[in-house]
Amino acid sequence: MSESATAFAARLHARFPQGFVEVALPRGEVGLVLGAGEWREGCRVLRDEFGFEVLIDLCGVDHLGYGTDEWDTNSSSEGFSRGVEGQGPGRFRYGETPSQQLDDPDGVGAIPLPENRFSVVVQLLSIANNRRLRVTCHAPDDVLPMVDSLCDVWEGVNWFERETFDLFGIVFPGHPDLRRLLTDYGFIGHPFRKDFPLIGNVEVRYDAEKQRVIYEPVTSVEPRVLVPRVIRDDAHLATARGEARDLKVGPVRGVAPAGDAK
Amino acid sequence: MSMQPPSELLASNPAEARQEIRNYTLNFGPQHPAAHGVLRLILEMDGEVVQRVDPHVGLLHRGTEKLAESKPFNQSIGYMDRLDYVSMMCNEHAYVLAIEKLLGIEAPERAQWIRTMFDEITRLLNHLMWIGSNGLDLGAMAVMLYSFREREELMDVYEAVSGARMHATYYRPGGVYRDLPDHMPKYRESPWRKGNKLKRFNEWREGSMLDFLEAFTKDFPSRIDEYETLLTENRIWKQRTVGIGVIPPEQAMALGMSGVMLRGSGIEWDLRKKQPYARYDQVDFRIPVGTNGDCYDRYLVRVAEMRESNRIIAQCVEWLRANPGLVMVDNFKVAPPSREEMKDDMEALIHHFKLFSEGYCVPAGQTYQAVEAPKGEFGCYLVSDGANKPFRVHLRAPGFAHLSSMDSVVKGHMLSDVVAMVGTYDLVFGEVDR
Repeated sequence: MSESATAFAARLHARFPQGFVEVALPRGEVGLVLGAGEWREGCRVLRDEFGFEVLIDLCGVDHLGYGTDEWDTNSSSEGFSRGVEGQGPGRFRYGETPSQQLDDPDGVGAIPLPENRFSVVVQLLSIANNRRLRVTCHAPDDVLPMVDSLCDVWEGVNWFERETFDLFGIVFPGHPDLRRLLTDYGFIGHPFRKDFPLIGNVEVRYDAEKQRVIYEPVTSVEPRVLVPRVIRDDAHLATARGEARDLKVGPVRGVAPAGDAK
Repeated sequence: MSMQPPSELLASNPAEARQEIRNYTLNFGPQHPAAHGVLRLILEMDGEVVQRVDPHVGLLHRGTEKLAESKPFNQSIGYMDRLDYVSMMCNEHAYVLAIEKLLGIEAPERAQWIRTMFDEITRLLNHLMWIGSNGLDLGAMAVMLYSFREREELMDVYEAVSGARMHATYYRPGGVYRDLPDHMPKYRESPWRKGNKLKRFNEWREGSMLDFLEAFTKDFPSRIDEYETLLTENRIWKQRTVGIGVIPPEQAMALGMSGVMLRGSGIEWDLRKKQPYARYDQVDFRIPVGTNGDCYDRYLVRVAEMRESNRIIAQCVEWLRANPGLVMVDNFKVAPPSREEMKDDMEALIHHFKLFSEGYCVPAGQTYQAVEAPKGEFGCYLVSDGANKPFRVHLRAPGFAHLSSMDSVVKGHMLSDVVAMVGTYDLVFGEVDR
């Protein structure tokens, strides 16, 4: 890595003036956010002009509930709750999904809807230049998230897109064979969406009377989370730095969350 | 592939002269001994030649990434062991590294060396498993018996350091769970192991774990020679692997391959050298590279890698012996205080309580950290929104990318080569399905 991360980021920015380039120091990780319209062509440029010949990874992210917590850590005038009323991951069952509360914003623990719910994140690797790059694309539509397929740019992205379609319901126009990959045959729903219950929707068992395997709504598991989701904004790292005796704490610039990156 | 004679010539009686010859579909797995777990392949066959492969995966999908979203960071380390369950600590390494990067902390020197050593022990465990099971797949029974002998010794090292033979949960953000033990567990006397035999079994185990590993590394090259005697010049082995599953370097890159799959095709790419983590920049080792990109070259690369791993372990043993020190950051926001400190000091007790009831919050941000796992690049993409649980964890498993190339690589090969290919990918469904 002869070229520094910031110099590389500047070069990226010059080539993609409409994109958003971020650098996380001191790690030197470079991220690029491309619009859905320029996604495929932008990636082709990255492959051909910037030498990213390998697509290492592609995954989806569902930003629903980003930055929400279940337990208030700051005010104690009313006393602290037990932190069990939240609507975070794992706490609801089928029919209680937090996105339903969005219709009723005053409901208990309503979760704010992010500006763009779904995004696709790609990790690229240039073997020739020994460099990595993270490229993100926010799907414009939350109801039917669509991001162009990269199958004709990197052949190996095929299964990664199938997986993302399966788990998040993000559709990739241009994909030659967009079938489910990881879930069961005949599965309904997209399990990695934040409003899909952790305990699932259906369970499967052998029915002795019908003499076959049947699916039925989940009854054997209760939604249960042992530790509430907590966000502490105390000067965590500063405290850590003060207390560390054998600790190298580098300055960390928090990268803007992908949802706010525009 | 031979040319197909027109169907008229094949028909034995004139009435069948116009019969259609169709490909047939073969269901391979998921309960097939050569399917390495739960792989289901739908093969479209023209005679014995494969026309199309459609792997069906997901039979072992447990939603690890989603489970991690509902738990504090540390509680998911154990899940990482269960992804690629023959290279446990390497998976932990990627996850722990991602957390450390977002926290902005670094493990102490000694912990880094311990991680380097255990990553290589893990690589040996994985490659020993691979050479044994791949031999078995292709009809060489004996290799399995030999390789499991050495695997057992390394499993004992895992057990000595973490208490578990496989699912160690040994790496933690900020270091490793505890320092290396100063003695190795010994075999007890039994009707099958007694007298001189028992003495021989316990010969290496009289001293510390590092003594045991030193004895192991001195002996191991001769063991690799034994596997090579069985396979490298074996006629049947070469017939099953030479020229099978050739992957040109350009195709390997386009298909997102990594690790041995890439190096077997002649691309000198190894994260341990190119983007060093832990203490790989301070140990001496070489990157074995193949030339033809076939199954046989990948076999040679893996065997050569075992020799290099053995050298790295020996260097780590030497360093660790000379340099005692902390193995965990001395920072109660991330790492628990010692038992004595907790009982003694109010502040330590509070930290202990908060750490085990709530965990620690990781600053908002996103990172991708990758390690050179035995099978290829194992990566962890971690998004945190500042909470005590990850917002999103994505695990990039090398086997997933490799298996997805099945169709383009195997097309035109014979059915028996499918087994050779499944073997050379070094698939473990724990990581493919996650």
